[in-house]
Amino acid sequence: MELDRIEKLLEKYLEASTSVAEEKELRTYFSQESVPTHLEQYAPMFKYFSLAKEERFTKQVPLKTRRDYFKWASIAAVAVLMFGIYFGNEYQKQKEAEFAYNETKKALNLLADNFSRGTEKVAYLNEFENTKQKIYNNN
Amino acid sequence: MKQSEFLNVVMPFKDKLFRLAKRLLVSREEAEDATQEILMKLWSKNEKIGNYKNVEAFAMTMTKNFCLDRLKSKQASNLKLVHSNYGDDNASLQKQVETRDSLSWVEKIMEDLPEQQKMVLQLRDVEEYDFDEIGELLNMKPTAIRVTLSRARKTVREKLMQKHSYGIG
Repeated sequence: MELDRIEKLLEKYLEASTSVAEEKELRTYFSQESVPTHLEQYAPMFKYFSLAKEERFTKQVPLKTRRDYFKWASIAAVAVLMFGIYFGNEYQKQKEAEFAYNETKKALNLLADNFSRGTEKVAYLNEFENTKQKIYNNN
Repeated sequence: MKQSEFLNVVMPFKDKLFRLAKRLLVSREEAEDATQEILMKLWSKNEKIGNYKNVEAFAMTMTKNFCLDRLKSKQASNLKLVHSNYGDDNASLQKQVETRDSLSWVEKIMEDLPEQQKMVLQLRDVEEYDFDEIGELLNMKPTAIRVTLSRARKTVREKLMQKHSYGIG
């Protein structure tokens, strides 16, 4: 008799000595519509267990995107940094060279000024020479 | 391991992780977050995954520990109760409402069980794990599992009977 067997299985079930297969049998039995009234109280239990197994995890897991984003972002950041250092250095050098050029120009200008002032003074000497020649010629 | 391979490994048991998390944390959102966290943790150590004999058992243990930590921390002190939608059967409306009610009773009764009993009942009666697997996951001896399981089943039945007789009387 099936009912007999189910009752025995239920007893074993409560003592937790049923096998997985026997428990499956119980679940199938209680999933049907008509269950004897004295066993009706067990139905929700087994129905609930079957139902609970249907629940699914539907949320998406952002696996790849996040990893990639960080990887590429770090590569880009390093590249920008390298370019920055390289071109920054270049620019610095150019500035320095310009500064040195200007300084040299200033120094040379100063020299040139002083030289020309020197030649002006020497012009007086020429005058002296002329006069000396005149005197020599007269004598 | 590539993403597609990883998904193939994880796909068969991700729902089990979620259901265990939901059993422990009750709230659907909390359980979803927990499952997501676990899967991301697994992904982050995906090079080592090949070394584990049983990825599913490993992931289940991770989920269990994560959820228990979660419950201990103050963050989770106010969890919401969220009920899932139950699938419809062909019974009449009256009958349908009744079964839905009694099914959510079972869920509520299970919420009140101690965590150990909750987990054993979930793993055995919902996921159909055998005692060895449960023992591995929960660090329990078969006899201890049997006692806990029996206690849990009896409690659920008793409380269900109480509700049932209240409903009639």
